[in-house]
Amino acid sequence: MSAQTTISNAPVAAVRKKRKTSALRTFVKNPKALIGAIIFLLFVVVAVFAPLIAPYNPSATDFNMLAPPSAAHPFGTTSLGQDVFSQFIMGTRVTMIVGIGAGLLSTVIAILIGVTAGYLGGVADSILNAICNIFLVMPGLALLIIIESYVNNSTPYMNGLIIALTGWAWGARVMRSMAMTIASRDYIAAARLSGASTLRIIVFEIVPNMTSVIASNVMYACLSALLAESGLAYLGYENVASTSWGTMLYWSSQNGAMISGAWWWFVPPGLGIALLGTSFALMNFGIDQVTNPRLRTSRNKRDMKKLMKELSQKGGVA
Amino acid sequence: MRYFLNRIGFLILSLWAAVTLNFILPRLMPGNPAQAMIAKQAGNINPTALKAIEQQLGLSHGPLYQQYFQYLGNLLTGHWGDSFQYFPTPVVSIIGSSLPWTIILLGAVTIIAVVVGTLVGILIAWRRGGVADNVIPVATMFGQAIPSFWLGLICIYFFAFIHHWFPLAHGSSDSVNQGYNWPFISSAIYHSLLPAFVVFVGSISGWIIGMRNNMMTTLGEDYVVFAEAKGVSTRRLIFSYAARNALLPQLTSLAIALSQIISGQILIEQVFSYPGIGYGLTNAVSSEDYPLIQGMFLIIAVTALVINFIVDMLYGRLDPRVRRRGATS
Repeated sequence: MSAQTTISNAPVAAVRKKRKTSALRTFVKNPKALIGAIIFLLFVVVAVFAPLIAPYNPSATDFNMLAPPSAAHPFGTTSLGQDVFSQFIMGTRVTMIVGIGAGLLSTVIAILIGVTAGYLGGVADSILNAICNIFLVMPGLALLIIIESYVNNSTPYMNGLIIALTGWAWGARVMRSMAMTIASRDYIAAARLSGASTLRIIVFEIVPNMTSVIASNVMYACLSALLAESGLAYLGYENVASTSWGTMLYWSSQNGAMISGAWWWFVPPGLGIALLGTSFALMNFGIDQVTNPRLRTSRNKRDMKKLMKELSQKGGVA
Repeated sequence: MRYFLNRIGFLILSLWAAVTLNFILPRLMPGNPAQAMIAKQAGNINPTALKAIEQQLGLSHGPLYQQYFQYLGNLLTGHWGDSFQYFPTPVVSIIGSSLPWTIILLGAVTIIAVVVGTLVGILIAWRRGGVADNVIPVATMFGQAIPSFWLGLICIYFFAFIHHWFPLAHGSSDSVNQGYNWPFISSAIYHSLLPAFVVFVGSISGWIIGMRNNMMTTLGEDYVVFAEAKGVSTRRLIFSYAARNALLPQLTSLAIALSQIISGQILIEQVFSYPGIGYGLTNAVSSEDYPLIQGMFLIIAVTALVINFIVDMLYGRLDPRVRRRGATS
């Protein structure tokens, strides 16, 4: 049995590896995706080494109040005399953990619900699909706000959990239609006839064939989780003692940073969110172009020219 | 007809879900915070009104199913309770005065964004691989990734605080009387320009990229290639052949994007103190005005669901395939 599987798996593995590297190459060759990946990795480095990079304790109130950016304080100080740069660096960590964690979790929920619905069909599909559509049309932020109004002093991680639990619907819809096309293929029927359980078919036969859709969904889900979390934190529905980019914006607007002209207080966190979000969007765009050849533009033209050239050469020889 | 019934069914189902969520949430939370709030309000509010609010928020001790039906009955008859904050103003009348603000801003910006975004999408798909095709999607992606409320703060800081080109906040000037008179309308338009711009920037990206991708698909279809070979004029080829068929998926995206646009607008209304339902909701939360919170959430959900229903109906009218197939989504 084990010998058999190794034999039959070897060429498949080779093909799969080749396909993966070529997809990776397309991804890297795409300048948009590459820029997105570089920005993302930069933020990852900052988040991982945050305590080493941050020059001061982000909540220490040791400095002059509302000092504009200087060599000692690259991003200036707050109205309480805290170092904005240190807050920004430490906030990177919290914001990224919540954004990526919530994005991943909501993708997992989307896979579970979407693939189950798409594969099983029938009544289960109708019920799951109706739930999914309801979550899709419900305005997400309003729902989050009323949940927060009953949860007192939510931590950033709690917010991430709530965001993931309410934000999976779009992904589930995509997964469902993808699973439906895969479920109708012959090899799934073969697996079913050979006695594989439903769970096994879903986990080992369907999900591995949806990696591109899943990857693209992770990017999208992380972007929306990032924006949702910062929005909630800005409104003050997050433990205001926590350090995230959203709470920085909350404090800056509570303490009238704008009226004091302290732009250095509210510009960096928002720009951080925008840059990190753009990196997700760019990587998503890149994945789209890898998986949907119709969207690949410049290369098509070149290929076309090459083809025309070859054809005319052949015509000349004949 | 089947399609119509199907959509009506979904509208009712989703309305029921929103209403039920509103009923369950306060009852699910451990140590219902509404209780503390009610204790605080006990002196200000007359006992009968207080009792009604207690029932609404799940503080009465009747069996759950009985509370539920009572709640549904109250909703249907327009008894949405009284606001704590503006006691004894009924929640319904507060909603009535803030809903038009939101609907007008939302409607105007969404229509402009769809038209502009679709046109730009058509153009960059036609000149695919060109400079515009490379720059515009990335620029708008950045626009989409910017937190809308933060962009609002920046705009207020730059255009209103530093340069005084636009008002800092609110829906209209205090010196004009609300009503159908020109001073009020012009003041309202002037006040809405900045928030409208921010909502526009946040939502334009989806329309451009969606339309571009749809166009790429239809431009690759055989009938378009054939039409081009036959010598159909470029203009006709783009608009009558390719764009026409690429438009339908845009409508589906509109139905899906609506809930997000409405969500985004809640934050922007808060930033600009714009007197719509989003601002009403965040205000109600910060003053722990539970009857108003419930009412505002419900009206936001109903708005989203009803607009979604209208878009679905429109879709059914425009695409006969959907009507025939009946159940699609």
